[in-house]
Amino acid sequence: MKVRLLFFAVLRDIAGTDARELSLADGTRAQDVWQSLRQTYAKLADYTQPPMIAINESYASPDSVLRDGDELAFIPPVAGG
Amino acid sequence: MTYLTDSVIDPQALVRRVMRPSDGAYVLFEGVVRNHHDGKAVESIFYDAYRPMAEKEMDRIVRDIEAQFPDVALAVVHRLGQLVVGDSSIAIVACSPHRAEAFAACRMMIDRIKETVPIWKKERGPNGEEWVGWQGHC
Repeated sequence: MKVRLLFFAVLRDIAGTDARELSLADGTRAQDVWQSLRQTYAKLADYTQPPMIAINESYASPDSVLRDGDELAFIPPVAGG
Repeated sequence: MTYLTDSVIDPQALVRRVMRPSDGAYVLFEGVVRNHHDGKAVESIFYDAYRPMAEKEMDRIVRDIEAQFPDVALAVVHRLGQLVVGDSSIAIVACSPHRAEAFAACRMMIDRIKETVPIWKKERGPNGEEWVGWQGHC
């Protein structure tokens, strides 16, 4: 299945891109994607727990199972205001 | 309703948007870029957002607070992009027939925005730049 992964703020700087298309096995959870990012990007290696997670523009649990066509984003600590 | 802007905020336009003849007060809050944070000098701040989600979150919070304070009407706008010291990053107007509810709703609005709306800031100063809140997250 295909999932679109969006990068914002510090994560966009680390990834060097706004978004990536991922091909994932059925049953992949949001936090599984985070664990693979930790292996891809050395700057994330120490971050064992994912930040907040959004699926299709709503907050979701790290254990949420992704579906084909989902838009996934990891939300670094917010700092609006 | 659009809650995000890339332009200078006009607070009086925000007041005009929500004030009703029955209102006896409005509370206007503006968040302003200051020249320091955690003991470091700040020259400018870049605000970034997950725009569609931030719009939805802000709308959810507005509805929530208006449900808690049925006499209050709220307007809020958050600016994104590059801001310098003295620029307003956010303006909130809470109007109500009576002041107590307006103060309470305005305070709740800014507190809730800071908790969940996906907006981020990168502070720039003489010693470099940094995304606020990321260091020490893990």
